[in-house]
Amino acid sequence: MLSSYAVANRAASSPALETVPMNLEKVVFGFFIVLAATLNFGFFIGNIDNPVHHHIYELFAAIVVNLIATVLKFGDRTQIGAVHLSTSLVADLQLVAAACVWAIAVHVTGEGMSPDVTTSVVSLSGGALFANVVSVVLLIVETVMLRR
Amino acid sequence: MNTSVFFLALRRVRVPLIVLIVIYAVSTLGLTLIPGIDAHGQPTPPMGFFHAFYFVSYTASTIGFGEIPNAFSDAQRMWVTVCIFLSVIGWSYSIISLLGLVQDKGFQQVLMSGRFRRRVRHLGEPFYIVCGCGETGMLIARALDREGIRVVALERDDARVQELELEDFNADILVMCADAAQPLNLLMAGLKHRSCRGVLAITDDDAANLSVAIASRLINPGLMVVARVANPSIERNMMSFGTHYVVNHFEKFADYLAQAIQSPSWFRLVDLLTGLPGQEVSERHDPPVGDWVVCGYGLFGQAVVRNLDRHGVSLTVIAPELHLPVSVRHIVGHGMEAEPLRQAGIESAVGIVAGSDNDTNNLSIAMTAKEINSELFVVVRQNRVANEVLFDAYDADFTMVPSRIVARECMALITSPLLPRFLRHIRAWVDESAATLASQLEELCGHRVPLVWSVRLNASEAPAVHRLLMIAQARVALGILRRDPADRQRSLPLLPLLLVRDGRDQEMPGDDTVLHAGDDLLFAGTRAARFAQNLTLDNQNALDYVVTGDDAQGLLWRCLSPRKRPADGVTRQAG
Repeated sequence: MLSSYAVANRAASSPALETVPMNLEKVVFGFFIVLAATLNFGFFIGNIDNPVHHHIYELFAAIVVNLIATVLKFGDRTQIGAVHLSTSLVADLQLVAAACVWAIAVHVTGEGMSPDVTTSVVSLSGGALFANVVSVVLLIVETVMLRR
Repeated sequence: MNTSVFFLALRRVRVPLIVLIVIYAVSTLGLTLIPGIDAHGQPTPPMGFFHAFYFVSYTASTIGFGEIPNAFSDAQRMWVTVCIFLSVIGWSYSIISLLGLVQDKGFQQVLMSGRFRRRVRHLGEPFYIVCGCGETGMLIARALDREGIRVVALERDDARVQELELEDFNADILVMCADAAQPLNLLMAGLKHRSCRGVLAITDDDAANLSVAIASRLINPGLMVVARVANPSIERNMMSFGTHYVVNHFEKFADYLAQAIQSPSWFRLVDLLTGLPGQEVSERHDPPVGDWVVCGYGLFGQAVVRNLDRHGVSLTVIAPELHLPVSVRHIVGHGMEAEPLRQAGIESAVGIVAGSDNDTNNLSIAMTAKEINSELFVVVRQNRVANEVLFDAYDADFTMVPSRIVARECMALITSPLLPRFLRHIRAWVDESAATLASQLEELCGHRVPLVWSVRLNASEAPAVHRLLMIAQARVALGILRRDPADRQRSLPLLPLLLVRDGRDQEMPGDDTVLHAGDDLLFAGTRAARFAQNLTLDNQNALDYVVTGDDAQGLLWRCLSPRKRPADGVTRQAG
């Protein structure tokens, strides 16, 4: 996308090509970024210390989609591409940390999903949510720049 | 460049990584949904994420600990079978795409140029950029390497690059397969590097050399630029924008030939001074005065005719071209045949120049001519070093090898920048004095080609002498630099040729010449003599010994021993 950014930009600047053609790569890219943010949000929403509101499968899905979104951002050398990648890495880090806390509480110490543990898992995922929101904002900014 | 390699690799592994992530996720998810079984055959709830991920991790990487924590139910086994195949496919795909990336030509090119650029950047010692490592470039690279000067080479031909990498050099030669005519490649080779001393544009393509010369002059005007050229119009073009040295091997050889006919001893001396040091001095062949025949009227033929004409040598040209300038006596034909040779008066001529651009033809011309007139002085042009065997077997009086001439000129320019200046001076000498100097040099160096080197009396090149001159304000005679630091009664086998002070030149300075700081000196002698002299120039103790005859002393002994008398050759100035 980010590589197609330059191409699309050139197309936009030439008067003959007013509209940028739809690009499957861009669709996939946008899809994964937004999906990562929505899944993350779905896990995060609810009472912070109530394990019933935060299903672990949602955390799993959020981690997987976030990882895929990160890999999709690999290999872009533009400034905006670099920021994209770094926000994704931050989100990955936070979500993996949340998963580790969960795994240790449930399987290692045997404490289970007590309100304490739930709070820390959810707040970690909240941090990741913020990074994901930045990612989405970047995506929107990039799109707006292209359409100008 | 490193980052670009990194990003290129990242972009290529995008798809394999996503495939792996998806496979891991699907496998883990499946395991957390399928119920297990306990030891009594009762169904148990499915594995948690933690155990599922643990199981997938060791199964997908083919470590395979078995069914942990409990034996699996049949449904779980079914799913695990699917997982195993999926993960094997995923990993094979990733590894194959990585291997493909590593073997990719473009990727390797990027990797190689990145490494080349890094190695050039880390070069700490002075180096020269050699553009074009053909026969000439190879000769120069080897000679520079012997002098202990680093070489960065650009060569267009991949096969030559590989050959170069296999060559045995003292220091690693940094070579890169790239077109030197592209300024970017020159930059990569360190054109703006602070240790870069000069650029040698010696490809066999005049146009490429021209663009290298222009690029170097524009990008780093302080660099010495030496360009090889065959075409006189391109030569004028190069001179017009200030290329420091343009080596036109045709012109050079023709000039030497003409000078050699006029003044054989002069040529002998030049041959000695510009030869490759350490080689056996070639047998003396003086080209005779009389009528000459030149075969071929290409760039080389024209240069020979122009130069011989200038010295009033009468000559006849044999060339297949119909229209030559009217001033040239011209026979239409090929020199390989006896008839045109006879027409050109080969029976009465004293010498022949076989100067076509085809080695076989040149040898054929030389042999045919010699058949007719066995007294002939034969000059042949050898175009390719690879044909050396043939030319050795023929053993002409003079063999003109373009790559040798260019290599010699370049080496002389690099190792002794004062030499061209000295050679200009001796053009004006009478034949006898050149003969005397030549025989002196031959004697000194045991009939081998002497080494010619320059010395500047400054703090970096001659610290000991510079100190003595500047701090002690001593008067040092040139003779000091000719004494052996091992035994001051003996003099080293070397001769001072030229002294340059404030832009004024003094040829053959005598032993009692007083040295000043900042003097430039040109010496010729053996390699051993140069090292010995270097010791005197560098080492305070060696210099003290040479000057006073006293051996090096520690602080204590210096205090205890009586004060030194000023020795011969050095007088301390009052005050």
